[in-house]
Amino acid sequence: MSVAAPLAAGNPEFAIRARGLVKRFGTLTAVDHVDLSVPRANVYGFLGPNGSGKSTTIRMLCGLLTPTSGEIEVLGLQIPREAEALRRRIGYMTQRFSLFEDLTVRENLEFLAAIHDLSRAQTRTRVEELLEQYDFADRTRQLAGTLSGGQKQRLALAGTVIHRPELLFLDEPTSAVDPESRRDFWEKLFDLADQGTTLLVSTHYMDEAERCHRLAILDQGLLVADDTPAALTAALAGRSLLVSAAEPRRAQKVIAQMPGVLSVAQVGNLLRVLCDDGRTAADRLREALRAQGLEARIEAGTPNLEDVFVAATRRTAPAQEKPS
Amino acid sequence: MSLRRLWAVMLKELRQVRRDRITLAMIGALPVMQLVLFGYAINLNLRHLAAGIADQANSSASRALIMDMVATGVITPKLAATSPAQLTDALRRGEISLGIIVPPDFEARRFDGREAVQVIVDGSDTVVQSAAIQLAQVPLNNVPPANTRPLGLSPAQISVVSFYNPQRRSAVNIVPGLIGVILTMTMVLFTGVAIVRERERGNMEMLIATPVSSTELMVGKVAPYIAIGLIQTTLVIGLGALVFRVPMAGSLLEAYGAAMLLIVANLSLGLLISTQAKSQFQAMQMTFFVFLPSILLSGFMFPFAGMPVVVQWLAEALPLTHFLRLIRGIMLRGASLADLWHDVAALLAISVVLMSAAILRFQKRLD
Repeated sequence: MSVAAPLAAGNPEFAIRARGLVKRFGTLTAVDHVDLSVPRANVYGFLGPNGSGKSTTIRMLCGLLTPTSGEIEVLGLQIPREAEALRRRIGYMTQRFSLFEDLTVRENLEFLAAIHDLSRAQTRTRVEELLEQYDFADRTRQLAGTLSGGQKQRLALAGTVIHRPELLFLDEPTSAVDPESRRDFWEKLFDLADQGTTLLVSTHYMDEAERCHRLAILDQGLLVADDTPAALTAALAGRSLLVSAAEPRRAQKVIAQMPGVLSVAQVGNLLRVLCDDGRTAADRLREALRAQGLEARIEAGTPNLEDVFVAATRRTAPAQEKPS
Repeated sequence: MSLRRLWAVMLKELRQVRRDRITLAMIGALPVMQLVLFGYAINLNLRHLAAGIADQANSSASRALIMDMVATGVITPKLAATSPAQLTDALRRGEISLGIIVPPDFEARRFDGREAVQVIVDGSDTVVQSAAIQLAQVPLNNVPPANTRPLGLSPAQISVVSFYNPQRRSAVNIVPGLIGVILTMTMVLFTGVAIVRERERGNMEMLIATPVSSTELMVGKVAPYIAIGLIQTTLVIGLGALVFRVPMAGSLLEAYGAAMLLIVANLSLGLLISTQAKSQFQAMQMTFFVFLPSILLSGFMFPFAGMPVVVQWLAEALPLTHFLRLIRGIMLRGASLADLWHDVAALLAISVVLMSAAILRFQKRLD
């Protein structure tokens, strides 16, 4: 995964490549030696809890923050040195709604078109096109501030792609949006990827992460996993177990105490257990429960991204206990 | 620098102002309100001070003197007293703010050239005090001699001749200055919050990730306010002429030129504040640090000449100080901008320094 050689300039295969990326704010290390390679025309997911360094990484990649150390190459440009040239070729959608709430839908789009150097004629056709594509045809004169959460995100996306950028950075674009709008939003993202746009999307929703072509998991500034969702879940084969016991609450407490258990979650009457080693886990669980007088039926579960996330972030747990 | 982008930023700013009721009110209502308040309420030339009079001489000359004093309109007799003690009592109780004592030997004192009349005054209000001093100096000139013989000695008298404001109306002095005060208040405040507001609302992070340049953003944000400032100037000059009959001795165009210089200086100052402040509230607090010294030190409220040298230096750094000299010169004395080139140069220099500092301070970065 990590590239030992210095970054070769202008690699056409990757939209983003970063090596040894570090960002410190005072004594806090927000991003800690992250290596990334984002292939072109992909939807690349950034999964991680709040404060894991997702936003900081994205801001460094668009040239808004200067890395403490490390190398970044985005679309063949050295960042932050060539950030100004990059700004014409990327779109950046911030976590908060960043358009002007006191401008109308159309005014916002026209403004963005103008500052992205679209000519007046181009602006006219492009704005009409986007109003149509993003379902704003009947709301062109509505103030952006009065739109619903889902509509705002859609408008923000329309504004972000107005100059047809090759690369899009989306920082938790759907965090304040209802499930149906989220689904629509993701359809739009795949449409864009289909047209050749590279998308880097940060999220903390597992279902969204699942849909990405490739996924990086960040935890406390460290990159703890980076692969396709299928490969990430396949790597956990056998480590996810479903336990059905008579008293699930009590059984859960017993299992949670056991060494080698990363997490126990109750799902209906079943317990979903994630172990650090899949080979002997089922037998050890059964033993431990029997010792407490609990009979249990144990079968293999299908690992999901939730498991991947837990496995990846728990692995770094000892590092947290070091004096900081 | 792209004109298309600059225009886009300006248009956006204008549209936002148009939808912001409070800002609109500040643009229109604030000048009118201040004009009325300062024009009517704050009047440094006092009229109708409640006066007590103890005329112990009760001669024809003393009565003539008192009638002259009353005729000035500065005092209104409220109390006819028999003794000075009665006057001081009334003064202490606040019934009168001024007492006039004419001693029994008034005629003899006049003849000898000694102090013939005493005016006692509530000195806790300096404005009343100065009114009394003027009052004490004017009338003796007019009082006809007690007898056919001329006075042996006439008391030293200061005659105050007001050249450019003969009726000594405060409005004439205050209204031109008010243009400056209003422009200082609104222009600094509008731009002071301009950048911070976009940072607070989350627009700035999006903007700096686009090709728009710092200069385009700064100039584009400021330019619409120049027009707004000129509208305010028009309001004050127009109402000042209509309601308070404030003259325009010099060229109207040059008055606008002076206003323009102040507007640009204030907008630059506001922008600098905006790049420093962390929140809109902080920007407003910083605005006050500029506004208060401007009002107090510029010569708007208190004469510049009366200030200690160090304070005068400080005042020279305030745009309002220079503007006041310009606008009073143009509107009241009929001076031209060329006559007053010192202050023109000072305002230009202040603008260049502040604007450059603001553009340099504004980074298209988050760190």
